[in-house]
Amino acid sequence: MSLRDNPLGELKVPLTWTAGIVFLVVLIVSVGILLGDRREAFDTDEYGNPRTLSDRVMAPVGDALSTPGRLTGEGVEGIRGYFFAVSENRRLKAELENMRQWRDVAVALRDTNERYRAILGLKTDPPIPMAAARIVVDSRGPFAHSRLANVGREAGVKPGNPVMSENGLVGRVVGVTEGVSRVLVLTDVASRTPVMIDRTNARAILTGDGGPNPRLDYLRGQNAVRAGDKVLTSGDGGVFPRGLPVGVVVKGLDGRWRVVLAADKAPVDYVRILLFEDFTQVANRAALDQMNPPSPTPGASTLPPPVPEPVVQPPAAATPRPKAAAAVPGPPAATPAPKAAVPRATPPAKAAPPRPSEPAP
Amino acid sequence: MTAGGMRGLSPWRWLGAPMMLVMGASFLFAIPLRFWGLGLPEPLFAMPVVFAWAVIRPSMLAPICVMILGLYLDLLWGTPFGLWAVCLLLPYGVVLGGRAMLAGQSRLMMWLWYGAATGLSMGAGYLFTMLHTQGAPSPFPIGWQFLATVVLYPVADRLIELFEDADVRFR
Repeated sequence: MSLRDNPLGELKVPLTWTAGIVFLVVLIVSVGILLGDRREAFDTDEYGNPRTLSDRVMAPVGDALSTPGRLTGEGVEGIRGYFFAVSENRRLKAELENMRQWRDVAVALRDTNERYRAILGLKTDPPIPMAAARIVVDSRGPFAHSRLANVGREAGVKPGNPVMSENGLVGRVVGVTEGVSRVLVLTDVASRTPVMIDRTNARAILTGDGGPNPRLDYLRGQNAVRAGDKVLTSGDGGVFPRGLPVGVVVKGLDGRWRVVLAADKAPVDYVRILLFEDFTQVANRAALDQMNPPSPTPGASTLPPPVPEPVVQPPAAATPRPKAAAAVPGPPAATPAPKAAVPRATPPAKAAPPRPSEPAP
Repeated sequence: MTAGGMRGLSPWRWLGAPMMLVMGASFLFAIPLRFWGLGLPEPLFAMPVVFAWAVIRPSMLAPICVMILGLYLDLLWGTPFGLWAVCLLLPYGVVLGGRAMLAGQSRLMMWLWYGAATGLSMGAGYLFTMLHTQGAPSPFPIGWQFLATVVLYPVADRLIELFEDADVRFR
């Protein structure tokens, strides 16, 4: 029997239905992809091959496409500099005069700081190596603020490295491949940065929400902040080094404290990626775990040995379990356990001397 | 019925070419350029194309193209992988479902429908981002992107005019 004679040969599945079924399948696949995404982990393994591959393709294309605009901007800047050279010269002279006074203050402060460090035996942070990069792709949508920088793994860049412009902190690296790094900007919805208020040392978490001015969450202390305060990275958590300039506090239209980012003073085209490794990354944890706890400082005040709370024995329970009840509260009240008491007593003795004042940024 | 009316519409003409144009335009607007100190807006160039595809005709290839466009935007903008695919597929499905109701509407009404579809896409994006990051995005940038996308309706209108009557079977 030929196909034409087959009664089912004329049966056609309506296109609308098949399109609807395909739509549902594609929607389910997309939801599955979305649920399987681990972007919030910001881990190298979680960044994924599609992103790595696309970043490697997009970076050179973006670089090539942005070149005419960049060259035009530099040309316009050159012409402007030529015509406004005299006024610029006057402004720079005034600024230099001001800076000379600050230089004297800085030299004096550095001297004081060095003396304090020598007296206290402070171990200061080592200098952080940097890698210079150019931004080649910049996304500014409401659900993601990220940029591609044209420097990657070959320069030693790792996920988590802070990224700065000449004015302040821009964000941190969340994905790296050869020749490209993706930078999560401070304004991204997923960005959380531990910061401190320079004037009061109050801590907060800088939370991006897709707008130009991220907000200060979990601000601790009363009157800890006021408009115009400078915000720096606190170094808490070890992701960022302490003291990187972030911005200035303003009161938002919604009544919340927000930060005008220092990096927004000028277009972020060139950046520095700080190849920063915090103590937890550098330290040999296995060796630290094997070390014995230090003995208490001779003559230092220590905490008294712990006194166990008296156990009130119910009259009914005394009869069935007499041995177990007597073994627990009796001896420790009189004899302190030396190994348990020593390490607990040491930290307060070390923390007794007053802290030095914060170094000037 | 003319022979021309029965002629099949090449998928490349109404799906492939607009998709490539959207990809190019989105990439171009992701370049870090500033004019008079202001950055370029970031409209959702995919939205007019997705709206037009749903209005023009039901197709088995179109949802796949919508997903590819969404995944491309995720890779370009660094959003969670699959976010824009879902956010574009939802309005596509709604418009496809209400296609019979949209037929023959005036341009202004179609613009309003397009605005509603864009709002649905942005709303879904807001919801998914909130669930994903445990934090609410600011509504102002969403509103700004919504406006920048809504003004692109003439692109969708042009696509609909070009291809709605290309195959009379789908009138």
